[in-house]
Amino acid sequence: MPAVTETREAVEKLGQSSYKWGFETDIDMDVAPKGLNEDTIRLISARKEEPEWLLEWRLAAYRSWLTMKEPTWAKVSHPPIDYQDLHYYAAPKKKPGPKSLEEVDPELLRTYEKLGIPLHEQAMLAGVELPEGETARPPIAIDAVFDSVSVVTTFRKTLEEAGVIFCPISEAVRDYPDLVRQYLGSVVPVGDNFYAALNSAVFTDGSFVFVPKGVRCPMELSTYFRINAKNTGQFERTLIVVEDGASVSYLEGCTAPMRDENQLHAAVVELVAMEDASIKYSTVQNWYPGDENGRGGIYNFVTKRGACRGARSKISWTQVETGSAITWKYPSCILQGEGSVGEFYSVAVTNNHQQADTGTKMIHIGRNTRSTIIAKTISAGHSDSTYRGLVRVQPKASGARNFTQCDSLLIGDQCGAHTVPYIENRNMGARIEHEATTSKISEDQLFYCRQRGLSEEDAVGLIVNGFCRDVLKELPMEFAVEAQKLLQISLEGSVG
Amino acid sequence: MTQFLDISGLCARIDADGQEKEILKGVDLSIPPGEVHAIMGPNGSGKSTLSYVLAGREDYEVTAGSVTFQGQDLLGMEPEERAAAGLFLAFQSPIELPGVNNANFLRTAVNAVRRARGQDELDAVAFLKTARAAAKDLSMAPDMLKRNVNVGFSGGEKKRNEVLQMTLLEPSFAILDETDSGLDVDALRIVAEGVNRLRSPSFSALVITHHQRLLDYLVPDRIHVMAQGRIIHSGGPELAQQIDREGYTRFLAEAAAA
Repeated sequence: MPAVTETREAVEKLGQSSYKWGFETDIDMDVAPKGLNEDTIRLISARKEEPEWLLEWRLAAYRSWLTMKEPTWAKVSHPPIDYQDLHYYAAPKKKPGPKSLEEVDPELLRTYEKLGIPLHEQAMLAGVELPEGETARPPIAIDAVFDSVSVVTTFRKTLEEAGVIFCPISEAVRDYPDLVRQYLGSVVPVGDNFYAALNSAVFTDGSFVFVPKGVRCPMELSTYFRINAKNTGQFERTLIVVEDGASVSYLEGCTAPMRDENQLHAAVVELVAMEDASIKYSTVQNWYPGDENGRGGIYNFVTKRGACRGARSKISWTQVETGSAITWKYPSCILQGEGSVGEFYSVAVTNNHQQADTGTKMIHIGRNTRSTIIAKTISAGHSDSTYRGLVRVQPKASGARNFTQCDSLLIGDQCGAHTVPYIENRNMGARIEHEATTSKISEDQLFYCRQRGLSEEDAVGLIVNGFCRDVLKELPMEFAVEAQKLLQISLEGSVG
Repeated sequence: MTQFLDISGLCARIDADGQEKEILKGVDLSIPPGEVHAIMGPNGSGKSTLSYVLAGREDYEVTAGSVTFQGQDLLGMEPEERAAAGLFLAFQSPIELPGVNNANFLRTAVNAVRRARGQDELDAVAFLKTARAAAKDLSMAPDMLKRNVNVGFSGGEKKRNEVLQMTLLEPSFAILDETDSGLDVDALRIVAEGVNRLRSPSFSALVITHHQRLLDYLVPDRIHVMAQGRIIHSGGPELAQQIDREGYTRFLAEAAAA
């Protein structure tokens, strides 16, 4: 991506914007040279001391990527991306090996503290050392990914005792190669789409979760992604496998510094749910969205897909998308198992010049499979937001049911909201419902709130949160509180 | 001049589909502290417009006149500043806020005005206790605090919810815009009692109504007749019966002759 010349004024102005996570961490980095070719991939694989099969897998992905073109069907536009002008590997310098908190660079710990991500197990467990005004949180195991690598994973011991594996995927490759080899790319194949192929070729880290038969994961798992390095693509890979009768709730958060140039983030997330298993995957996506003139911000081109392989399995995606200059993302469910359930709850907020094209795919293959889609889209400023969703019922999916509800809320008269549902039904016994509404925050509502003493911004926040309630209530409690605050911050300055 | 609420020569217009329409044409009205005044008048005389202009609705443009509220220039304040200063408007048609929990809305509002008034905010427990007691006084079903603001409320429930908000926001001046419309006799009594409970030397109200019935329960200190954007006649509480018997014809004729 061409870097725009930064002027002092521009930087200062950016500093005043409402993006509170836009600081940069000064830390020693190990960075690969710019550009993408087989050597880059060999270098990444070597740095990560990967087995031969994974290198071959990456190279196969790269070769298929070379034959592919960027998708153009989404309702987003951006200048061409120069894939040779990017770094594909950037890691904080430190020695490899198992990590404990004591070994982590204090500068990194401070970064996560600043972001409000608690990495101190002791503090979290005992409820001590909390900043003033902060109440004790229930413990959450966190995998903190900084640029391309995982810096620390907390509560691993507690989880190990329960039989749950939660670690950086690069470690899983080393410690559980058979599991990784069995499932990696089994939901999103290497050549699935342009960005997924790119990710498969150059992915650097991410989280691996394995919950064995019958185990309910004893705590929420969370990965916190932080992009810090300049001109660096972020390509993380998450793989979650939940065996028969097991369950897990997984949270994902992300932020990035404010920069004038665009940065590419192309992640792949694969979920596998076996018989009676359940996976709840929640995302609060808060990448830097660019400034009010549409300069800078993350290109968030992500492939997320879950396979409900076993009977009565369930995968539930909940996402709150407030960040990124461009979001291209369709968390999907492949409903193979009989009676399996797919859910997609989404709030997408765009402001200023942000663009979002997001939605889901529900592929009904098994009998009596059910899916629910609740998508709330909020557009403000000059932004453009599209819901794009596919509901496909295969011939054998008798008794399949889908309910889709898409609501759009417009703030101001310069923004756009679009709903593009695709429905493909090959089974006469299926039942598919689609509801869609578009509304604006009315002057009446604003005036009513202000007459009761609320400021205009608080009134908008309240109304927007009300609009999103059906989705926010699906989020784990403390995430919901953060998401509510985030919605309000994202819409600051959008009214009046 | 009362030093509490003084409206003088107030003119206001609205832009209705590109056409400027003059609605208030020189309203003069003073309300002293501790008094309840009523405004009656035919449809379209500007009663609701007056309440909106006092509360600060932006669709109306004030073209002349002044409003002083407790020594402050009311017209120069934002709606939320007016609320913090003690002004409350009970809406004729309360607005629905889908997905917004009623208790949460009330607490947000109460704490917003408390902050602005330099008072301590109420925590969730203290607030709920106060809100439940106030709701009970208004014979409101306990689940109304849990429901979404005005969504699916009956007409009577909406009006009670307005009085509940008024009670909790502790205004010094309340405007009740046809709060009696659509209420049955029992509901009317409950709402009127709710307002009467607030009556004190530091609480004034302006009650807009079409019916004498409300004024039986909520006996005003003064009644004003409004027509064609002006106050054309003022009198004591006995005026309500007279209007009920004779209508507005005589006042309109007198005003035309003057």
